[in-house]
Amino acid sequence: MTDVLRVEDLAVYYLSPNGPIKAVDGVSFVLKAGERLGLIGESGSGKTTMGTALMRLTRPPGQIVRGQVQLHGRDLLAVSEKELSHIRLREIALVPQGAMNALNPVMRIREQIVDGILAHEGDLSRRDLAERVAQALARVGMPATLADRFPHELSGGQKQRVAIAIATMLNPMVIVADEPTSALDVVVQRQVMLTLGRVQEGLGAAVILIGHDMGLMAQFADTIGVLYAGKLVEYGPIDDVLEAPRHPYTRLLVESLPKLDAKHELRGIPGLPPALLNLAPGCPFAPRCPHAFERCHIETPLLQDLAAEHRVACHLY
Amino acid sequence: MYAGGGWLRKREPVVALDHVSFTIADDRPSITAIAGESGSGKTTLGHLLLGHLSPSSGQVLYHGKDLARMTADERMQFRRAVQPIFQDPFAAFNPFYRVDHVLRQPIRRFHLADGDRPAARLIDEALEMVGLRPKETLGRFPHQLSGGQRQRIMVARALLCRPKVILADEPVSMVDASLRATILASLQRLNQEFGISVVYITHDLTTAYQISDNIIILYRGSVAEAGSVERVVQEPQHPYTQLLISSIPVPDRKRRWVGEDLPDADAAPARQSVGCKFAPRCKSVMDVCWQQPPPLYQTSPDRVAACFLYQHNPILPTTDVAQAFA
Repeated sequence: MTDVLRVEDLAVYYLSPNGPIKAVDGVSFVLKAGERLGLIGESGSGKTTMGTALMRLTRPPGQIVRGQVQLHGRDLLAVSEKELSHIRLREIALVPQGAMNALNPVMRIREQIVDGILAHEGDLSRRDLAERVAQALARVGMPATLADRFPHELSGGQKQRVAIAIATMLNPMVIVADEPTSALDVVVQRQVMLTLGRVQEGLGAAVILIGHDMGLMAQFADTIGVLYAGKLVEYGPIDDVLEAPRHPYTRLLVESLPKLDAKHELRGIPGLPPALLNLAPGCPFAPRCPHAFERCHIETPLLQDLAAEHRVACHLY
Repeated sequence: MYAGGGWLRKREPVVALDHVSFTIADDRPSITAIAGESGSGKTTLGHLLLGHLSPSSGQVLYHGKDLARMTADERMQFRRAVQPIFQDPFAAFNPFYRVDHVLRQPIRRFHLADGDRPAARLIDEALEMVGLRPKETLGRFPHQLSGGQRQRIMVARALLCRPKVILADEPVSMVDASLRATILASLQRLNQEFGISVVYITHDLTTAYQISDNIIILYRGSVAEAGSVERVVQEPQHPYTQLLISSIPVPDRKRRWVGEDLPDADAAPARQSVGCKFAPRCKSVMDVCWQQPPPLYQTSPDRVAACFLYQHNPILPTTDVAQAFA
């Protein structure tokens, strides 16, 4: 498979009077065409910052301080604003977190879909536009009649599917979906995720699913990247990572998941995620890690290959 | 039931909760999960149990006394005996007070300790019980603590009152995965070590399964299925429970969602006067389902299901679904 997106040493800091908060600090990965990558992390791990940086939508006080986001060999972080606006939506699109708030409450669904088409393709006849809107809605399994409704007339699941329709109507190669189902009930969540999967397969696009729910990742992703304190600590095929997690954080995280097939003792991960301001040197997980040794408190481990496609940032290996 | 009115038209009342009965036994401390999606009425039920809302019809009884008819003294006792833990650990604190305040308040209010020293000891014990180190916790302001820590302080606060019942409404839905298990484990511990019954209101069937003994599944304000959690989760009978459980994203690659088309939740009308509320979404719907609401059929000693598919089973003689609790 060909590579569509190559992220190289991406770092996003929030500048504060007390020093930079390193929300994303040196993340690299490669996304193949049609791949489903899950980026999982707890709150404060930098996953949303990462998603916005991939679209170059980082807002102050956030700042992309270094790195590259190569889409088809072009660095999104280096192109001009004008070029970028051609690339967004057409080549890389975002399904934002909480579609409830992503849609404009005083615009009909039709206008919100048409907006992106007009911005990228210029004037189209009214009939063509109507057809495109119907197409976009049909793609996410919704009737064209919905186009004349306002967002408040739709349910949460419908709004989220509209957001997917908007993100995919120009057939992007990469879809970044940031917690697309975070406020939805399980039945609707499943429906939305299956819709996203179907649309993605139809387009042959790659998806980056950002979230905190390992269950959702297991259901959707092919590859998973585990973020901790702004760094990728483990990256690999989801089957391998779930079956045999290597990083102690991933292992504890997987062990702490409540299961549905048998009752077991509930155990969390002791301690707390570190504050990202003035992060101590060494591995960010070391203070909570049951296997930490001297080196972990001194030297930050780098992500290294462990097996084919399976990479871990841990001094144990 | 809520009947809203307006200038221009009178609105139909919304029935948030409809003929729901259950009991929490005093002699056997248990954990009962009340599970349902948004709009199922689970939070309304929580508010009724706490006496924050009064029912349009029906009663909430504590030791046989109706909440609505309690004397001031009885109400005070009730408020000590039934302690809430809410969803949002960020909203439960006053940001201007140190967290000590929220712990000292119940001690003062219910006269739980004589003097400052016993009070401090009580607070330390409660914090340690939920896995917090008093030295690192006390004297801080809420914003200096994480969501998980704050929620554990709320558990400690409830524990201080030595309650009979803790009502926890989505206590972990705003807490990170790695800390969730810790909080749920502390609720379990309160149940096992202090004999406190827990009513666990949640949308998450996985955690409900892990910590509860019994479960009540609500759908649009009615009981769909209830009974021992083992039975309801492992072999769900009501088509709605089946749909819910098959939709849970389990972190297991061998149990992946099958891509079949789901009944569209949006196809269902929001309100309905007769018949089963799940009928518009139900794959097994029959004629009878449209004509009258299904009664609770007792399909086994420890489970009831409100579904006509099980009409060859006896109807539960009372409406109290606790009859089917393990």
